[in-house]
Amino acid sequence: MDFGFIFSSAAGELFSPTTAAYALATLGLAVHFGYTGLLNFGQAGFMAVGAYGFAISTLTFHVPFFVGLLIAVVASAIFALLLGIPTLRLRADYLAIVTIAAAEIVRYIVTTNQLTAITGSANGLAAFEGDFYAMNPFPPGTYVGMNNRDFFIRVVAWAVVAVFCTLVWLLMRSPWGRVLKGIREDENAVRSLGKNVYAYKMQSLIIGGALGALAGMIFTIPRGAVQPANYGTELTFFLYTCLLLGGLGTVLGPVVGAMIFWVVLSLTQGILYGLIESGTITWLNTVQAGQLRYILVGVALMLLMIFRPQGVLGNKKELAFA
Amino acid sequence: MRSTTSGLSQRRRGRLLRAVGSVFAATAALLLIVAPASSATTPSPTPSPSATQFTNSISGFLRGDDRAPIPGVTITATSGDFTGTTKSGANGAWTIGVPTQGTYEVKLDESTLPQGIKLAEGQENPRNVTFSQTSNLSVIFTFGKGIVVEQQNFMQNLLNRLVAGLSFGLLLALASVGLSLIFGTTGLTNFAHGEMVTLGAVLVFAFNQMHLPFWLAVILAVIGGGLFGYVQDAGLWKPLRRRGTGLVPMMIVSIGLALSVRYIIQFYFGGATQQLPFAQSVEILIGPISISPNNLLSLLVSAVVIAALGVVLLKTRLGKATRAVADNPALAAASGIDVDSVIRIVWVVGGMLAALGGILWAYYRPGVTFDMGSQILLLIFASVTLGGLGTVWGALVGSIIVGIFVELTTVFGLAADLKYVGALFIMIVVLLFRPQGILGRKERVG
Repeated sequence: MDFGFIFSSAAGELFSPTTAAYALATLGLAVHFGYTGLLNFGQAGFMAVGAYGFAISTLTFHVPFFVGLLIAVVASAIFALLLGIPTLRLRADYLAIVTIAAAEIVRYIVTTNQLTAITGSANGLAAFEGDFYAMNPFPPGTYVGMNNRDFFIRVVAWAVVAVFCTLVWLLMRSPWGRVLKGIREDENAVRSLGKNVYAYKMQSLIIGGALGALAGMIFTIPRGAVQPANYGTELTFFLYTCLLLGGLGTVLGPVVGAMIFWVVLSLTQGILYGLIESGTITWLNTVQAGQLRYILVGVALMLLMIFRPQGVLGNKKELAFA
Repeated sequence: MRSTTSGLSQRRRGRLLRAVGSVFAATAALLLIVAPASSATTPSPTPSPSATQFTNSISGFLRGDDRAPIPGVTITATSGDFTGTTKSGANGAWTIGVPTQGTYEVKLDESTLPQGIKLAEGQENPRNVTFSQTSNLSVIFTFGKGIVVEQQNFMQNLLNRLVAGLSFGLLLALASVGLSLIFGTTGLTNFAHGEMVTLGAVLVFAFNQMHLPFWLAVILAVIGGGLFGYVQDAGLWKPLRRRGTGLVPMMIVSIGLALSVRYIIQFYFGGATQQLPFAQSVEILIGPISISPNNLLSLLVSAVVIAALGVVLLKTRLGKATRAVADNPALAAASGIDVDSVIRIVWVVGGMLAALGGILWAYYRPGVTFDMGSQILLLIFASVTLGGLGTVWGALVGSIIVGIFVELTTVFGLAADLKYVGALFIMIVVLLFRPQGILGRKERVG
């Protein structure tokens, strides 16, 4: 078994754009669930809205990159408004069910054959990332073992993650952030202080959703394609696993959680494949090894929630639930 | 002082860890029994090399107007740069595995038809076909001279869809009544309920592969579903309740359970669509309604089971106790009801109902896949919220509304691949105006 290769590919996952996208989407969930106590199970829907908003505005309307980016973020804000109006007044489990349903509605709509001309239905859309790579300031060459395109997307992705981590950190230290934490601890207490809880929740939903939309773009640009199958409910559940790994009410938790998630997935894959190829394990094939990893994700989610709900970095007093 | 409490919590934690472990051991054991059978036999009834490689397939039966099967006819499906070809088998069946869902051009090579058999008039060939949400799509070619495919009139179609929707709604009700009972007694929104649905169908498939008689396979699968409910409650949910875990953490735990069970099922069952015995049936006419015998049977079975459940809930001591626990667990416990054993029974019954619902769902789709339960999980949630969270009759009414709505939207022009969207959308709209659901009690839910 080639441990050098297994570890280097695991280390590669540490800073891959997908990890950055997971970190950013999970940061959005941290704003929703970790800081405000909103149980948003539709983060995959926000990511899909971002990715499709960008891809469709680029391909169908031929807008420049930054206009496409703006459209994606505005679309996610509208999505958040549509979701929030009926549900933010209701109990947490209602919000959970409605957000997961809304995310699935988005997925069904981009999958339907009725809109193939715009969304590309099940095959999705491709070739919308040209404007982005045209801005690449790095001349062709090798940077830390990558070509200039791979290097550029990583730099941009992690810069975006860093900027928004700082922003969220500043926001949560502000009086506004304290109100959010107050809502998480006791909604009625905050209401009795004269705060408009509904408005604060809505703002939190929009901000977290916009982070999800940006994450959707970061997720989709290096792939050069956006496909509806990537935005199923499992994606949201993986993000929750990242969030619980890192720590709910923390800024760096989502980043650490996403890194751990992808490194562990890569390591288990490398080791399982190695063992299968060397003939040590005969009761598994490589397809089943892939499924075994997701069984482990589910088990990890359960065990984390039961035994260490505060995650690696979290503080047990800062949990969204008592 | 402090050390004793921490010791206690550590002991409790150990017990919980063991309990959680036992759930997995039991699930894995249950599936291990099943595994050799499903992996030993050939997965597809029609041995076509392309069908086994992909999870999606286009299939059909070729039969002449005398209903005799037509073997050896070449059929091709194309989409973009993908081309799949197959020949119809001795029973007239053909299957083409396709990589993705989408639109395909299906062409029947008329030169390979036996002498004297022609496509009926008005039969488009080649024709474009489109997948809706299922992973298997049937394409019907009709044969015979002078047969013109009758254009169904609108009322006929409406009536047929209405009955099909009722059948679908009642099978949804089997799953959602269980979910609603569990929610009512424990407050848990169980995301693993979809996997309880899948388990029923997968177990029937597995037992059938072991050559058990069909009726025995169904009974064992329903018992297996009940067992899964029992093991879940005994190994996971009861310890968590004892520990005082909140409802939101329990919901997230159920998501973890759903993910792991879904992939455990895929691990042993594989990603392909399998058919249960008797899945293919010819539609029969009852008065003005044309319905497949499977759907009719499914309708009757679920109606009888739900009626029986209703009688139990309304007339027996156990039913009364269940409703009391759902109403107010603390008061129920104070009046001498053993809350834990009531909840245990609710889990077992919920598991059995979900398994039965899964078997019927496998015939309705038709086909068994590892994610068939999670496909309707949201429809189950929609039914339960539509009727009112925690009310049994609400779940029943909600399910029937969702079932009929899903089927009727296609009559009124909504594309087949959007039919679930309508149901989910209705749920959101109802929450906007009547958050407690149709039959829910008026109370603050926010």
